[in-house]
Amino acid sequence: MFRLRNEVAAQRILDSIRKEDVNLRFMHVCGTHQDTLVRFGLDPMLREVGIEIRQGPGCPVCVTTTAEVANAIALAEAGRTIAVFGDMLKVPTPIGSLGDAKARGHDVRIVYSVEDAVRLSSEVKHMVFMGIGFETTSPTTAAVMVEKLPDNFSVYSCHRLLPPALHAIINMGEFRIDGLIEPGHVSAIIGVDPYQVFSTKYGIPQVVTGFEPLDLLMAVHMLVKQIKEGRAQVENEYGRLVKKEGNPKAIKLLERVFRPVDSAWRGFPMIPQSAYDLKEEFDDHNARLVHEDVLKDRPPVEEEHRGCRCGEVLRGIIESHECPAFGKGCTPRYPMGPCMVSREGGCNIAFRYQGKM
Amino acid sequence: MCLAVPGKVTSIDGNQADVDFGGVVRKVNVSLVEATVGEWVVVHAGFAIEKMDEEEAKETLELWNDLLDQEEEL
Ligand code: SF4
Repeated sequence: MFRLRNEVAAQRILDSIRKEDVNLRFMHVCGTHQDTLVRFGLDPMLREVGIEIRQGPGCPVCVTTTAEVANAIALAEAGRTIAVFGDMLKVPTPIGSLGDAKARGHDVRIVYSVEDAVRLSSEVKHMVFMGIGFETTSPTTAAVMVEKLPDNFSVYSCHRLLPPALHAIINMGEFRIDGLIEPGHVSAIIGVDPYQVFSTKYGIPQVVTGFEPLDLLMAVHMLVKQIKEGRAQVENEYGRLVKKEGNPKAIKLLERVFRPVDSAWRGFPMIPQSAYDLKEEFDDHNARLVHEDVLKDRPPVEEEHRGCRCGEVLRGIIESHECPAFGKGCTPRYPMGPCMVSREGGCNIAFRYQGKM
Repeated sequence: MCLAVPGKVTSIDGNQADVDFGGVVRKVNVSLVEATVGEWVVVHAGFAIEKMDEEEAKETLELWNDLLDQEEEL
């Protein structure tokens, strides 16, 4: 929680924003930002001073498509061991969730790191690691790919790239974006430069920021200042972690291991060059190829659960509580969509901290 | 998912390091960073993804403090 001095600082920042007398709408793309905004009650405080902040497609579990989850389930049903990050387990699909598959006796393992999956390979016949996540996570997958790997280990890469999604959401133009709050940990890897185009081409002010309440308030303050001064730039509030050039070692690894491919995201039919598949050199460990026989026979699934509006939540068009199912048919215990499953999903966060809204 | 937690490197053996998260020490893969013992790293999914810059951390605090002082003068 806020330390006293922080509370004073927060109030000062809010006061100075209030004086500007603005009515602005910003977007961030990070579940951890959303958590900070809601947990510390910043969201209502900011609304009071004329700032509305929406979460865009910044929740890796949420943007993973139903088809991808269904593929993982199909692999498990076909006797492959699937290793996933915990948040994936309860994502519902028309053929159930990975958790349901596990309950039926199929081998689904929760791992904390891709290295756990590599280690577990010695215990099983076929190990498939489902790699999800943005540029914060994809370098960890890349790091193991360049090491000596067990023959029975493969990666089902569902990794996504963040900047193409920003392009998509800006171009869709479904609502006004007065400023972008860029995610600190993705930026720690990719640096500041990939965002420049959104300022130069679209005139959108941007601030890369961290995850303390004061980081976010500072970011808003800096965005308001840019707007008042008629500037549109990428500023970095999170200099204690994010360097302009990012993490060159990680970037090099990403380039060595992955190639960008077109991909659907939940809520987005197709975003060009927005996902990472493994390069040819890694064909022997690419689950899409190694287990092609299973994947090609999987019956098609309907992408969105009837009544679930996750896609719109991820595009920032509606807020979670505007979904009629929120807190009624859909709760973290009985989720209808991934936005209620993942601890980074807008619906889950809104539900958990409901008292603070 | 992108949640990442800062900790201090207490020892390094190849790609693996012991990182102290406020008293809890865990094994972390440090192959993505050039970290040395005593430095702070931010850890995500078992990997250190970047080093925390202490000087910059201080500057952030100063930035916040400056803002406070500025506003105080108004
Ligand atoms: S509340 Fe549930 S049903 Fe509604 S959008 Fe969120 S996850 Fe989907």
